[in-house]
Amino acid sequence: MTKFADVTVGEQLPPASYPVTRLSLVKYCGASGDFNVIHWNERIARSVGLPNVIAHGMFTMAQAGRYVTDWAGDAGALVEFGVRFSAMVVVPDDDTGASIEVSGTIEDKLDGNLVAVALTAKSGDAKVLSRARAVVRLP
Amino acid sequence: MGVNADYLGRTFPATEPYEVSRVKIADFAEAIGDRNPLYRDAAAAKAAGYPDVIAPPTFPIVITMASSRAAIGDPGLGINYAMVVHGEQRFTYARPLHAGDVVVAQSTISGIREVGSMTMVTTETEIKTVDGELVCTGYGTLVERGSG
Repeated sequence: MTKFADVTVGEQLPPASYPVTRLSLVKYCGASGDFNVIHWNERIARSVGLPNVIAHGMFTMAQAGRYVTDWAGDAGALVEFGVRFSAMVVVPDDDTGASIEVSGTIEDKLDGNLVAVALTAKSGDAKVLSRARAVVRLP
Repeated sequence: MGVNADYLGRTFPATEPYEVSRVKIADFAEAIGDRNPLYRDAAAAKAAGYPDVIAPPTFPIVITMASSRAAIGDPGLGINYAMVVHGEQRFTYARPLHAGDVVVAQSTISGIREVGSMTMVTTETEIKTVDGELVCTGYGTLVERGSG
């Protein structure tokens, strides 16, 4: 588990890559209850002007959350977590799908053993999350 | 049709009680590809000091979405739900949700902004146990793309 004393402001955390396929989106539709057709129906996605089926914003946010909790070592350590959805994750109908690359930097150390982590998430060349930030309580 | 600014500050009725279950948490964790044992293994969660398996940080959206959707979809607000995309999302946590929690969600429209042809509506949704303990607050901003 990551300790408060071992964290340095400005420290860059190792990046991680998370795959997203059509199957991921179908599973996420079911688990989340968000069955918006643009996440599973290419015909309708294209008809409303999208390049293809796109991932749920909340799926992308979940990958950023996973990145932070894996680093912190305690999945219950989050105190605050926020993102802006700045671009779409486009998921083609092939065996590879897309990937979401997440990285983080220690932004601040706060009272009460709280650490603020600034996050970035990209898919291809697109910055899919902006103003993404998590605050975790570390031992 | 413009958005009805009188809805700013309006609080909607709380949802029916929702019981957080081990199976639903495990399904959600599987769907996001997260193998963390605290989401699947009650013994591991208890060893880490939790009463039961805990839910991933974005799991509360499952509970807040039904509540905020009712607020955004209120016909008097004047938002076309079919034209809406998710712009921003934030959560604050008093503690993680865990299996066995029975919670209700209640939404307030906390922000309405019009920028060009776009309307942004922010809902603040509190998740509380049926005993009144605040567990998590979700802040969701939905963007309605105007027809120009």
